[in-house]
Amino acid sequence: MLKVGSIDAFYGSLQVLWDVSIEIKPGEIVAIIGSNGSGKSTLLNVISGIIHPARGSIVFRGMDITSMDPFQIVGLGISQVPEGRRIFPDMTVFENLRIGSYSRGARSKREENLKHVYRLFPRLEERRNQIAKTLSGGERQMMMIGSALMSDPKLLLLDEMSLGLSPLVVNEIYKVMKEIRSKGITIIFVEQNVRRTLNEAERAYILETGRIVLSGKAEALREEEKVKKAYFGTR
Amino acid sequence: MDEFIASLGSPLIMGILLGGLYAVIALGLSLVFGVMRLLNVAHGDLVIFGSYFAYLVITFLGIDPILSLVLGIPFLFLIGFAIQKFLMARAFKLSMEAPLIIAFGISLVLENVYQIMFSPMSRGISTSYSMESFVLGRIYIPIVYVLNFIAALLVMVSLHAFLKRTYLGQAIIAASQDAVAAQLKGINTARIFAMTFGIAGATAAVAGVFLGLTFPFTPISGISFLIVAFGVVILGGLGSVLGTFMGGMILGLAQTLGAHFFGSAAQMLILDIMVLVILAVRPQGLFGR
Repeated sequence: MLKVGSIDAFYGSLQVLWDVSIEIKPGEIVAIIGSNGSGKSTLLNVISGIIHPARGSIVFRGMDITSMDPFQIVGLGISQVPEGRRIFPDMTVFENLRIGSYSRGARSKREENLKHVYRLFPRLEERRNQIAKTLSGGERQMMMIGSALMSDPKLLLLDEMSLGLSPLVVNEIYKVMKEIRSKGITIIFVEQNVRRTLNEAERAYILETGRIVLSGKAEALREEEKVKKAYFGTR
Repeated sequence: MDEFIASLGSPLIMGILLGGLYAVIALGLSLVFGVMRLLNVAHGDLVIFGSYFAYLVITFLGIDPILSLVLGIPFLFLIGFAIQKFLMARAFKLSMEAPLIIAFGISLVLENVYQIMFSPMSRGISTSYSMESFVLGRIYIPIVYVLNFIAALLVMVSLHAFLKRTYLGQAIIAASQDAVAAQLKGINTARIFAMTFGIAGATAAVAGVFLGLTFPFTPISGISFLIVAFGVVILGGLGSVLGTFMGGMILGLAQTLGAHFFGSAAQMLILDIMVLVILAVRPQGLFGR
């Protein structure tokens, strides 16, 4: 479905990713794990086309998207929920969701997708006429995920969606993530919390200072000595 | 006392009607700033472009200036679109100041082109209805002022509906609030910015025609009306259609009431003092967020 091959990426003159390769199969739920500054968000931004890699290639469903712009990539079916809950603060909840269906292909499916989003997050329907900046952190995150689903994606990229949310809300969001995936949408999500993430994903890649140091099935990684030492603090 | 109240009728009505024109003049400035954070100092000159365009159309083709908007609106839309696409888009990549300097450059070029083409002489757009007035009791209201206000209402309502109800309008709003997040929604922000500048040009076409019907203008009138537009935007707050409309009303009223109470020499002074007070007390504007 998605093949990222030997990517080098820079912020200005600072190299952030070194020879990163990942491969995702249709219907998978895959985690990218790493600490602050390990390059996780950069990797998602490279896939979304916000940053163009200096070397390497990105192929999505047989199409080379390496040098495409973000708006073209969204049109092909990759939707990112960026970190920091970047909502459109002065638009209503409904308008934030509707703008998600901006891509040509998504417009005809707007009503269908909107119903789906309201079913996943009934609270968004209750608050549809509320100005987005008055929402709580958890509601904002739900709205962001809902807006991303409005683009009718085949691949969903979720960047640190649990950051700063209460455990209860995080549980709710992970539950919804499973539901989204049961609709046949492939998911890549990025997190810092290793233990939790390895419970939710099927496979994971572990990034350290811009390089992939480990990858494999989630349950295998849980048993991996290096992971235990580095992230769980056990010996 | 009755006499005093009755004498206020005329400046009140004229101020509100004039405010409509001021709001349309300011609309493009407000829109471009709201979306691209660019203070387009050439906006007044684009408005005067609209005035000269209508002047040429009525002089050489004999077409009514309001009807000439059928040509003027798309023409100035294209000019605005091209300014963003071919000049500003590159300037934005260089620095924050570069687009401002480009805007100054466009202003200078336009003013000099007007000087060459039309001479520094003052022009006006006159039609069969230019001198006509309504009589309301003891108040005379020039028809042109009423037309100004109707045009202002039409432009404001349609722009508001466009921004609120269409995908393109919502994309403009989204891009103004967070350009990167907008790209992640599938929005081609480069195209949206060009459209925004184009729409600002289209509003300048409307403003130019009604300005030309109301006041005489010269090649350098753009600057005076840019200052009026600044005032409107400072009063109303940037980037909101309703705020711009209210800002126009307040500015129009301040001018006519100022002239009524303190004589016409003081009218612009009253206006400028108001703008300074608002800047000091409520810099986001009366209706700004």
